[in-house]
Amino acid sequence: MNREEQVLFGMRELFERHGYRRFEMSKFEEYDFYAENRSFLSSENILTYTGLDGKLLALKPDVTLSIVKNTKGCYGSPERVYYNENVYRARKGDKEYREIMQAGLEYIGDIDTYATLEVLLLAGRSLELIDSGYILDISHMGLLAGLLEETGLGPAKQKEILTAVREKNVHELRAACAEQDVAPETAESLAFLAGIYGGLKETLPAVRKLCRGGRMEKAYEELSELCRCLEECGVSGHVNLDFSIVNDMDYYNGIIFQGFINGIPSGILSGGRYDNLVHKLGKQADAIGFAVYLDLLERFATEKKEFDTDVLLIYGDGDSPAAVAAEVRRLTDGGERVMAVRTEPRDVRFRRRLTMKDGEARK
Amino acid sequence: MTDGWINIALPKGRLGEKAYDIFESIGYGCPEIRESSRKLIFENAENGVRYFWVKPSDVAVYVERGAADVGVVGKDILEEKGFDIYELLDLGIGKCRMAVAGIKGSRPDPELTLRVATKFPNIARRYYRQKSREIDIIKLHGSIEIAPILGMSDVIVDIVETGTTLRENDLEVFEEIFPISARLIANRVSYKFKNGPLRAMCEKIAERI
Repeated sequence: MNREEQVLFGMRELFERHGYRRFEMSKFEEYDFYAENRSFLSSENILTYTGLDGKLLALKPDVTLSIVKNTKGCYGSPERVYYNENVYRARKGDKEYREIMQAGLEYIGDIDTYATLEVLLLAGRSLELIDSGYILDISHMGLLAGLLEETGLGPAKQKEILTAVREKNVHELRAACAEQDVAPETAESLAFLAGIYGGLKETLPAVRKLCRGGRMEKAYEELSELCRCLEECGVSGHVNLDFSIVNDMDYYNGIIFQGFINGIPSGILSGGRYDNLVHKLGKQADAIGFAVYLDLLERFATEKKEFDTDVLLIYGDGDSPAAVAAEVRRLTDGGERVMAVRTEPRDVRFRRRLTMKDGEARK
Repeated sequence: MTDGWINIALPKGRLGEKAYDIFESIGYGCPEIRESSRKLIFENAENGVRYFWVKPSDVAVYVERGAADVGVVGKDILEEKGFDIYELLDLGIGKCRMAVAGIKGSRPDPELTLRVATKFPNIARRYYRQKSREIDIIKLHGSIEIAPILGMSDVIVDIVETGTTLRENDLEVFEEIFPISARLIANRVSYKFKNGPLRAMCEKIAERI
């Protein structure tokens, strides 16, 4: 098994043990479905084709939308589902579509602190399956949304500010606020929020001071309660606060988070609370979930293979095929990789070379 | 990226040298870098920094992909391509501006599609979309100033530093799009795993500028 498969296997087992059932879905959806929810998708590009009945279909660029569409979605009866699926989209800057392997879970129903904690802990454990040196960054959309509301700016200008927050670009954030006559107090709070990075204990008290108004207070309460729980569960060493995680506000609300592995240059896990999406699709429920981008593991911690095989076993016309097979079996049972050949191939790197003689592999 | 080093991508040329001066002045020097002119990678084991000289427009690529933890890059390049990185500081060096320029005294006919020659098609497109102006982009790789002189374009969108090149070719700035300076950028994941050292570095630089 390669790394991707090992991690995937581990994640499936982990999710099933926690009562999540596998969600199987079709490879495509009607294009209109994605077109209506375009801003939820991380990429604008959708791979489409015409179905046999002339309808425009799309290879799914995202799994969450399909799950939410197909869920019962009602308060009072939570649904836990997980998936591992290929999705098709172009990464930013790419000129071609890619097949991206994703695995993740969704919790749909009433989301209380326990539900949020469960999802965050499972996110942490999924990352741990990849590498013990992981980081899980969390943020709360309510704080940023509260401050943005305070600026009184229109959507286009808010977007500009969000981009600066996302880039931790404090100098441009200040400049943009000054240009738009945002109250200096609000501008400084935004700049402070963008710059925050660190452990829960060190950063939370500073966040507390920023909170003005009901929306931010509520967000802070949620965040600090969750942080307390994470601490009690003994994982707070891996968790940092970072408000530069920004997701689309039309869909996400509440806690959002991202996971990182030392050695993989971009985020490998992404998730959050997305009640707004569920409500938009007409369901009576709240939801939280995350996805892990397993394709990013391809180049992670793969040992460079020095040899193509451990043993090159040479046999000739006189050797019994059954005897060769028996020797191959003996060597592979001993944990070695074996390649049985008639003549030495030119481009195969091997650790040692054995030759069949009298029904045995010898030096 | 995973090692204890801080990997810094610098743009080859004058801007990179100025940026190196800043790093050196805050204790991240690597004396060897001043000696050789052909080598591309320099290390100083004492303070754990490693420098790469790369093509200016590639700095952000090295940073985005994590080959470098931080880098120094002009705002023009960040605006043109768009990278998934943190922009931590405005270094205040390499100052110039992105501007629209054309032949002195001329004014493009507002009824015609504006022909724009530029090395920065995305910036030009975004700027004119905001103004709802129909344009025809002519992508060039250098000596942009010739395009309006030969009548191939109505205006150019390009970097203007002192304006000498424009003046000598009888061109002038029509509009300014945005000011440019060099920025310190960081890989999003490096910033998390090397947060302490990177933040200390930023603070020292911020004090200097």
